[in-house]
This record gives sequence, C-alpha cells and structure tokens, in this order.
Amino acid sequence: MPILEIAAKFGTYAVMAVILIFALGVVTFRNLFHCALCLAAALIGTAVIYVVLQAEYLAAIQILLYVGAVVTLIIFAIMLTEHLAGKTARQNNSQSLLAIVGLLGFVTLLATLILKTPWPVTPTALQAKNSVMGLGKALMGTYVFPFEVISIILIAALIGTVVIAKKDAPEEPL
Amino acid sequence: MIVLPLSHILIFSLVLFAIGVYGALVRRNIIGILISIELMLNAANINLIAFSKYTSLSPETGQIFALFVIAIAATAAAVGLAIVLALYRVRKTVQADEVNLLKW
Repeated sequence: MPILEIAAKFGTYAVMAVILIFALGVVTFRNLFHCALCLAAALIGTAVIYVVLQAEYLAAIQILLYVGAVVTLIIFAIMLTEHLAGKTARQNNSQSLLAIVGLLGFVTLLATLILKTPWPVTPTALQAKNSVMGLGKALMGTYVFPFEVISIILIAALIGTVVIAKKDAPEEPL
Repeated sequence: MIVLPLSHILIFSLVLFAIGVYGALVRRNIIGILISIELMLNAANINLIAFSKYTSLSPETGQIFALFVIAIAATAAAVGLAIVLALYRVRKTVQADEVNLLKW
C-alpha cells in the first residue's frame, strides 16, 4: 500500500515540524506558563516520534514521566515565583544575536557532517523486533548495575530536594 | 514500518537541540533555562532511539540508555527547581543575571 506509506511518511514530517514550532514557542514566549505548555506539547510530539521508531514503551514512559511529572513540577515552580515575570521585565539577556549566529554555524557544520557520513544502517537492525520483554531482560541482566546506580541517584535526589526546598525551621531549645 | 532516512531524524534532533541551546543561552529566568535544558535532553533521546533502531544489532541498548537519560533528567529538574525555590525564598529573584554574589 504505497499511498498509506507515503501518507504516514508525510505525517511524521508534519509531526516533526509541529515539534519544532512548539520548541520555538518554548524559547520565545514571554509568559513562562505558556512556555511550559509548549514544552508539554513538544514532549507529546516526541512521544509520537518514539512510536514511529517502534519504541512504544519509551513513548509511554515519556508521557508518564515528562508530561505527567516534570511539566507539573515546572508549572508549580512557575506559579510559586510567578509575579516577577511581569509584562515589563526583560526576559532575554543581550546576547541573542551572538547566540543565533553561533548556533547557525553550529547547525550548518553538524548538518554537513550528518549528510556526509555514511551511516551503517543495517537491514538486520531495521528488521529486529524489540519487545518490552527484551527491554526488561536487558535491564535486569546486562544493565543491572547502572539500574541500581540510578535507584541510588533517585533516592539521593529525593532527599536532597526535600532538604533544599523545605523552610528552615527555627532552632528549638532542647 | 515507516522508513525515514536516518539523516533526516538526526537533522531534526540537531535543530531541536540548537533551539534548546538558544533558550538556555538567552533566557534570564532560571526556570526558562531549566525548560530549555529539558528540550536539549529530549533531542539527545531522539538520537539514541534512532541509532538503536537503525544501526545497532541489539535494539534494546539505545532504549535503555534513553530510559536512564529520562530518569536523570527528572532528578535534574526536581533538584534544579528546589534550588530555584530556595533561591527565591532567600534573594526574592529568579533572574540568572541578578544572582551574582559569587561573580568576580
């Protein structure tokens, strides 16, 4: 079914374009709350790209963890500090032009490199099925040590976050 | 399966990464900088998954590292926002260029 395939291809390119537009919104909007909403939209679009690349589990994790948790956290932080971002406050520093010029050079250089590199795209890899079961087996087998390190990092970050963010209690006499 | 050329996906994630770098460089609000960093990590994740799909012989590897990146990004966001809240409580500002006590 070539028509269906072509439609899917153009759909993927359209999703990519939408993600880039939302990403531009993330860095240009003045109101940080709008930025956070654009970030959520861009992250959902990225989950769609994951589905296209046959990483369905990663797409689910992306939506649960990023859109569910991280964006909520960011919105809370914005609401707790909101009133500083008034209409008159400058949102950008004075280095926009320099940053744009430098990044254009960076993108041109890397895009040339990407287009010139002969990527070893193997048909066996394209055919390979990756299942959630294989992912779980690899996580509990080959990659069990990094997995445990991640759990230590998570608990350390959890405790550290609570300690940093809580109010300093006044010293109580014993 | 939809077969896009690998280079198109790489260029897409390159542009996404560049947009994130732009935001991290020019934003004054620290929360804005953190949001831009999330965009950059996201672009890196797309690259990891694309490479694992197109070139690797064990397709799980790239996905597992993307999983690790997502976990580290979540902790980074949590700790970063906690620091922002503590800073706001002490200094009453979230603008990166107003926090210059340790700058020479």
